[in-house]
Amino acid sequence: MNPTDLANQASATAQRALELAQQARILAETQVVPAIQHGAAAADPFLFLLTIFLLACFVGYYVVWNVTPALHSPLMGVTNAISSVIVVGAILAAGTADNWVARIFGFLAVTLAAVNIFGGFLVTRRMLAMFQSKKKA
Amino acid sequence: MATISTLAYLVAAVLFILALRGLSHPTTSRQGNLYGMVGMAIAILATLFRPGMDPAGVVLILVGLALGGGVGAVVANRIQMTALPQLVAAFHSLVGMAAVFVAAAAFYSPESFGIGTRGNIHGSSLVEMSLGLAIGAITFSGSVIAFAKLDGRMSGAPIIFKGQHMLNAGLGVLLLVLVIAFVATGSQALFWLIALLSFALGFLLIIPIGGADMPVVVSMLNSYSGWAAAGIGFTIGNLLLIVTGALVGASGAILSYIMCKGMNRSIINVLLGGFGTDTSAAGAAAGAGGDRGPVKSGSPEDAAFIMKNASKIIVVPGYGMAVAQAQQVLREMGDLLKKEGATVEYAIHPVAGRMPGHMNVLLAEANVPYEDVKELEEINPEFAEADVAFVIGANDVTNPAAKTDKTSAIYGMPILDVERAKTVFFIKRGMASGYAGVDNELFFRPNTMMLFGDAKKVTQEIVQALQK
Repeated sequence: MNPTDLANQASATAQRALELAQQARILAETQVVPAIQHGAAAADPFLFLLTIFLLACFVGYYVVWNVTPALHSPLMGVTNAISSVIVVGAILAAGTADNWVARIFGFLAVTLAAVNIFGGFLVTRRMLAMFQSKKKA
Repeated sequence: MATISTLAYLVAAVLFILALRGLSHPTTSRQGNLYGMVGMAIAILATLFRPGMDPAGVVLILVGLALGGGVGAVVANRIQMTALPQLVAAFHSLVGMAAVFVAAAAFYSPESFGIGTRGNIHGSSLVEMSLGLAIGAITFSGSVIAFAKLDGRMSGAPIIFKGQHMLNAGLGVLLLVLVIAFVATGSQALFWLIALLSFALGFLLIIPIGGADMPVVVSMLNSYSGWAAAGIGFTIGNLLLIVTGALVGASGAILSYIMCKGMNRSIINVLLGGFGTDTSAAGAAAGAGGDRGPVKSGSPEDAAFIMKNASKIIVVPGYGMAVAQAQQVLREMGDLLKKEGATVEYAIHPVAGRMPGHMNVLLAEANVPYEDVKELEEINPEFAEADVAFVIGANDVTNPAAKTDKTSAIYGMPILDVERAKTVFFIKRGMASGYAGVDNELFFRPNTMMLFGDAKKVTQEIVQALQK
């Protein structure tokens, strides 16, 4: 086999490889990617939320067992304040609803949740300020 | 823009977890609280800057935040620490009511949350909405009753009537039927019927539970407020609400469990209520107490003399101390005794007071160093070496009948072993039995001295005697 033939064959093989690669890319674009996207979307949004919910329950479980019993009252204060994150839903209703009934409900919920947010965090801060180490030097 | 707000919610969720994490030690706790505040600020700002907010709405929201925030800040700064349990109960009721309002807003404007259109809400969203609504409403009315009982606005005594449990079970089933009908029809009338029925149920569930079981009730309502937030999170498809709701729900559930364990009772037993009203058992115990020998009572001066010569003193505070506001003068007494060279420690029973950790906060308020405050397992071995156990406003949590008397209502409850101390002082207003309605045999022991009177007044007199 002479060098020219070899070069020709090599270039033909390279051409084939290129074609294959292109085909693979087209396949990937038209078939694989949508399949992956479809797979993600196909997971029921409820199941997705439920997964997060359960994992968060476990996180809460392990974190809260680590809370020292002396701080159980402040723990209630903090959890009470952060459960007012429901204000997010209230804000969405008060700011985007297309009717006044929903807006008023949103407004009332914002107000109640705000009492809790400020009250909860501030009363916890007051409690925790008392727990500073008072060891006499 | 939606991605940015979702990321912000994720950051807020992580900050909330760190806030709880910070409470593992007093030194990191204040930073934890700060994390919580930052997380909440991020969540609120991210929501305010979401697309679709109109200026009128933003004004409405800011007014609500300012109004509510102002009230909350004033209340939080004015409240007395002894009134903490009722404050927390009141706050829980607000979360419950807010959940009801958000559910209503989602019902009247489902477009705001992308869960369908008015009158045509997705079925799964209706399920989640009715859950958030029902739990929120139960949290609200239950917390209102808990507040009224803790604040002395209604009697702390259990309210029980015939067929109570049947009624509650019946209402529970009815609630379930209403929820199914609501999901099937999406009817507005059914939405409000569910709310009304849940309010009634929350009310009925809490009235049979007595005052000293309130630590469990407050913890449980804390848990409910979390589940309500999670329910709303599912309804409007918001991850932050779901994560936070789960954290709070788990936290309250754990506290309820710890409180129940502290009383050796099941949560069911507590919830069925009516504890401590079984007068026949109490009467029998009191009758048996008659031949236990005389009760020895002493004066504050006697107590001061004995404690002056003691080298190890363990103070056992209970709800009576909180009622009498005796924590400051108690710490003064502790300081004086320390000057005399004694070690003074404080033993806290898990269910002392009216909410978890209540005694710790009151002692901290009175500037008792937290290093001196010990939990039950930690302090119990030390009573044997103690010269004096100073029981102030506690009773049932020291009763040895919990260990020995199988027929006692409190049998099996972990107690503080005060009877092992050389001398036991009980500050009490009278010989009345404790909440459980059980007589305390310790009162009749030769090494027990009763100091009758108001906890604060008696302790003040001891302090005066010590200063002489």
